[in-house]
Formats: sequence, C-alpha cells, structure tokens
Amino acid sequence: MEDTINTYTISIYTENNIGLLNRISAIFQRRHINVESLNTSISEIEGVSRFTIVVNLTEERMKKIIGQIEKQVEVIKAYYHTDEETIYQESCMFKLRSDLLFEEREIQNIIKESNARIVTVNKEFFVLEKSGKRNEIEQLYREFSAYGIMQFVRSGRIAVTKQEMKISQMLVAFN
Amino acid sequence: MNIETVKTTETATENTVRISGSEAIIKCLIAEGVETLYGYPGGAIMPVYDELYKYRDQIHHVLTRHEQGAAHAAQGYARISGKVGVAMATSGPGATNLITGIADAQIDSTPLVCVTGQVASHLLGSDAFQETDIVGISTPVTKWNVQITKAADIPEVMAKAFYIAKSGRPGPVLVDITKDAQFEEFDFSYKKCTSVRSYKASCVPSSVSIQKAADLINSAKKPMIVWGQGVILGKAEAELKAVIEKAGIPSAWTILGASAIPTEHPLNIGMVGMHGNYAPNMLTNECDVLIAIGMRFDDRVTGSLSTYAKQAKVIHFEIDPAEIDKNVKTDVAVLGDSKLSLAGLLPLLNETTHATWHQKFKDLYAIEFEKIIKDDLHPTKEGLTMGEVINQINLQTNGDAAIVSDVGQHQMIACRYAKFNKSKSNITSGGLGTMGFALPAAIGAKMAAPDRDVVAIIGDGGFQMNIQELGTIFQQKVPVKIVVLNNEFLGMVRQWQQLFFDKRYASTEMTNPNFVAIAKGYYIDAKKVTKREELADAVAEMMACEGAYFLEVCVEKEDNVFPMIPTGASVSEIRLS
Repeated sequence: MEDTINTYTISIYTENNIGLLNRISAIFQRRHINVESLNTSISEIEGVSRFTIVVNLTEERMKKIIGQIEKQVEVIKAYYHTDEETIYQESCMFKLRSDLLFEEREIQNIIKESNARIVTVNKEFFVLEKSGKRNEIEQLYREFSAYGIMQFVRSGRIAVTKQEMKISQMLVAFN
Repeated sequence: MNIETVKTTETATENTVRISGSEAIIKCLIAEGVETLYGYPGGAIMPVYDELYKYRDQIHHVLTRHEQGAAHAAQGYARISGKVGVAMATSGPGATNLITGIADAQIDSTPLVCVTGQVASHLLGSDAFQETDIVGISTPVTKWNVQITKAADIPEVMAKAFYIAKSGRPGPVLVDITKDAQFEEFDFSYKKCTSVRSYKASCVPSSVSIQKAADLINSAKKPMIVWGQGVILGKAEAELKAVIEKAGIPSAWTILGASAIPTEHPLNIGMVGMHGNYAPNMLTNECDVLIAIGMRFDDRVTGSLSTYAKQAKVIHFEIDPAEIDKNVKTDVAVLGDSKLSLAGLLPLLNETTHATWHQKFKDLYAIEFEKIIKDDLHPTKEGLTMGEVINQINLQTNGDAAIVSDVGQHQMIACRYAKFNKSKSNITSGGLGTMGFALPAAIGAKMAAPDRDVVAIIGDGGFQMNIQELGTIFQQKVPVKIVVLNNEFLGMVRQWQQLFFDKRYASTEMTNPNFVAIAKGYYIDAKKVTKREELADAVAEMMACEGAYFLEVCVEKEDNVFPMIPTGASVSEIRLS
C-alpha cells in the first residue's frame, strides 16, 4: 500500500516569523508537490503560530516532507493526519443578487437546508457564509451556479486533531 | 508580551555600552571568537567596514576579489578548523555573489555566518539602488536567515546565528542588516545563545537503538562501514577508529568523510561512489550489515537506489532526523551526535577480525590496482597523469598536507589518491560540485591552519572561475601551494561526452592563457611542468617555497577517471574501463 495517495492535513506549530511561510512553501515547490490549501493562524499557545496545509501524497513521501519541515529552525513541531484523524472545516462566501432572494423561492430552501448564514443583505446583493466539508460547499456552489454567482471565495481547510498534539509540554520542557 | 524563545548564557560578556549597530556587529563577532573574516565592502555595509577599520587590531578582515571568493574562503576556514567561517558583503550584487558559496555550505553542512548590508529600512521594497531580497533569495540555501532593521536586535540575532550555524548539523546562516540599523545607537550587551526553543540541535542517542545496532553488528558475518563528514563534524575520529578496530570492520568513506581515518589504516578500504574504489562499491552489494555513519546516501554514492545494498541490513548513525530513510531504508537508526553514538556503541561490540571478508576487499583492490591504479600512479606512457602528480605530492608531504580540490577529474583523482594522515585534510566541494571553490577555499584553509601545508589541486577550468583570488593571495601573502592540472579540457564533461555522447566535445576544449605569466603578474612564484622528469623537482621547489607557489602541470589531454559507476547503474556495475 506504499504507493497509495492519501489526503493529509499537516499541522505545523511555529515561531511567528516573517520568512517562515517562504521556507515552508519552498519545501513543497522544490518537490513539485501541489498544496491543496494553506492556512496560517495563531494557535492555542500564545506567541505560537499554526500552519494547516492540505496535500495529496503517499505516506512515505509525507513522512519525508514532515522531516524537511521540522528541520526548519523556527518550526517547533509538525504533524500529519488523515481525514479520519481530524475534525476539519472549510469556509466559503457567496455574493448573490438580492432579487434572487425574493424572486426564487428555491434559493431560500437551499439556504435553509445548507445551514448557510446570511452575512449581509442590501438592495443589490446579499452575502452568504457557509462552513463545512468540501463536498458540502461544492454542492452549494453547484446549486447557486444555476442562478449566477456574483463572487465566490473559499478558505483553506482548518482542522483540529482528535488526538492531543503535545506542543505545550514541549514548550514547558524548554522553559 | 515578549515570549522567551532563545536561551542565552547568564552572564553578559561586558556591561551595557551605548554604541552603533555596526560597532555592535563587530563586538558580536569578537565575542564569538572570530579572528578572521572574508568580504568585500560596498555602500550598504560601509558603516560596518568603518568599524572594522577601528577594530583592525582585534579582527582581521580579508578583502577577497569577489564575494564568491569570500564565501568559499570562509568555507575553507571553517572546514579545516571546525570553527564558524564568516563572510561579509554589501547589498544587491554583493549579497547575491555570496549565494553559490552559501549553497555549497548548505549542502556540505559547513558552518558559516554571512553578514550582508541592506538598503535603509524605509527604502525596502522600493527597488532602491542595490536593493535585492537576499533573505528571499537565500532562504532555500540557508539553515536560517533573518533581516535586522533595528540595532537593538543585533546582539540576540548574531548570538542565535552563530549558535545555529555551528550546532547540530552545521550550516550557513545569513544575517541581512539594513543601513539605518547599522547607524542606530543602542545599549549593547552580549550573551551567547545556548538554545532556541523551536530548534533541537541534536538528541542524546537512544541506548535501545545503540544496543540494536550493536546486536546487528555482532551478528554480522560481512559488515561494512561507510562513514561521511558527520564523523569529522562530530569530532568522532577517535571513536570511529576504536569501533573499526575492535569489530574488525572494513570501512569506506565518502568524499567529505575522507581523512577522518588515515589513508594507510589497514581497515580503511577506500572511497565509495561514482569514482570510488572498486572493492567497497562492489561489496556494498554483498555485505550483510551496512553501517552508515554521518553520511546521507547521496546519489553519487549510491548509484541506483533500487539495487543498492538490498541484501544488507542497514544501520544509520545520523544527527539529522530528516536523513533517516530519506534515500535508503534503515533497519536501525541511531539519531544523535556521532561522537556520543560511537562511544556508546564501542563497549557493546565483540572483538572480531572478519579476516576472510576483509580479504575480499584486498582481492578486489588487487584487480583495481592492476587495471587502473598502477597506470594512474606509475604510468609508463609519455603523457603525465593526474595521479602521478598527486602521488608526488604525497611522497613529498608524507601525507601531512591538507588538500583542497576543485571540481572535476582532478578532484576525483585527488580524493582517490591523496594520502591523509590527519583529519580535516580533504577540503572539496562535494554536494554542490562548485567549480571555482578550491582557490579561495585554500586561502581560508591556510589562514585558519598556518602551520599546515595547504595544497590546492585545481583543473584549468575551475582555476579560471575564481582566478582573481590570486590577488588576495598576493595582497595577504597567503603561502598556499596551487597546482593546476591542465589538460586543456573541461575534463570530466569531456569524459562524459566521450563515453555517453559519442565524443561530441561540445564546448569543453579550452584554449588557455599563459597561467604562469598570470601568476607571476601577481608576483607569485610559478613554474610550468610538461615532462615527467621535471615533476619531482618542481613539487620539491613548490613545497620548499616560503610563500605562495603556482605550479602548472600539463597532463594527458584525454585521460579518463576510472573506476566509474555510470549514472543510473548499480554500485556493483562499476566499470574499470
């Protein structure tokens, strides 16, 4: 099964450093690995940033990439997980014409069934926000496509793991 | 809130003083024990050079003739001394000219700190004169890099730079400092860095792994060691020798591992890899336990991975976790510093000799000697061989010289035949294969080890890639011995063209200048040798010369380096002709 390509969510805890994004992305670029999505944010630990990166790779390759990521001086720790090992979400926004909201009854049903949230409404357009799995967002996209989407944007995946990642303990060990 | 991410020594090296950023840089270098650095001034680094002038009795700046030369000189300095090499350049082209040396240091794990000037911070991103994004450019080829825009950050960053460069698996660090930060005054105090929270330099080798390694080695009938530079960087030469001798294991080396164990040691079975020795390459595919120590299974070492040592259990002693299973799957990995790992391994090993197994290496060596070495070292044909030149240097230096080689045929010949008695004696560009490396690297090596003979072995091609450093040798009176093996070809490329491109010698023939006249133009004693009977006397004259000496030896134009593992072939498909 060594050659099976899986979707992996990489979680990287790092120091907050300007150049680090460049270093991390170079690891993928050099090896012709397409990054499906990338998100950076603060983490549960003060002063520690968190990268969430999604890639499709064999596990063998994934392990080597983790090694290269952890080798970076400002990376505290990197993990990789399968979809089953994480709780993950993406978020997206649709900008749609306001008249649809009043004239197309089906639109209201779609919004209700999809658990999308209306962020704002004005005379010309309204904005919907939806968080969920990729396929839910894609489903919504297909449904709205029929009516015309003024703008669409989707975020990178964010994920938390079911198992603990022992970063806090590692940092305590330093201090 | 400022979170502690770096640990420093408790006591400051001196009390706080109010000084400029540029003076602080010099004080940091002095605090880190830097006595010599290599560089080239320019607009954005001028405040630092101004301070270098004021501190010239405490720190020696060597003006090279090109920033690439500065980077390679710093590498040579680091490689022979084990200390951090320091190079300095201005912004823009000065900084970009360092890049080849930095990339070379990265792939060959050489500790460097490169300090570059940068345009003033308010000009960053404005395409200012001599502005280049050197932090962006150097990111993939540095272990760490950073830009400083505030003078107050200088001490901590410099301390961190030196710590990162030299600890764990060493490598180059680039510190880019804007001009305004160089001028800015602040309250300076310096503390050495002792750890960085996101960075683990090395780990204590696990006793469980060491025991597993020992069990495998003790059960082996046909064990073989391949050691690399990790032994030299870890200062583990004595531990390796003790392990080899106690367990009676035939031991081979990679190019960068050369000289860690003396050439003449009975269990030293030579070099592995593309132009390595016949026996260790062949028997890599016959050993039952392959013990890799501080090496990274480079493709020039392994040939085709799918046929590399498949029959063997593999033990990998390595400091860098990313190297484990990267190219070759290991059965036992011992992570950590080679000195600690080997010291832990030694008492667990059984005393053995493996005499029958060792005899196989000797038998294959006899074949290689008959088919290749004899004619390389003691040729009967008219033209001079590169091998006999190296042999002559061996004879006259007794193997005590440090050999600095460039890249190509002469490099392979130098590594194959140079005799080494002392560690850190083979200084060459291994991973990157940087032509132009040797001349400046020899400058750094000689300045770091003034008591040693330093002989640069260079091809006619590589010599012309940094030939301008003859100026540095002249100005600094660096007594290096420079041997150019001139075959009027880019010899290694020509060899490949002969073997794999039907002798279409595309752009490999060199019409060379009068090298001796050029050397003499720099007031360096020089001689050219074209005949065998002149060689011994010329080498003697060179070695006896007090100052620098340039010796050109015209060698056979179309000699090839053998043995050779063709690209993509297995180590055991090594060709003798």
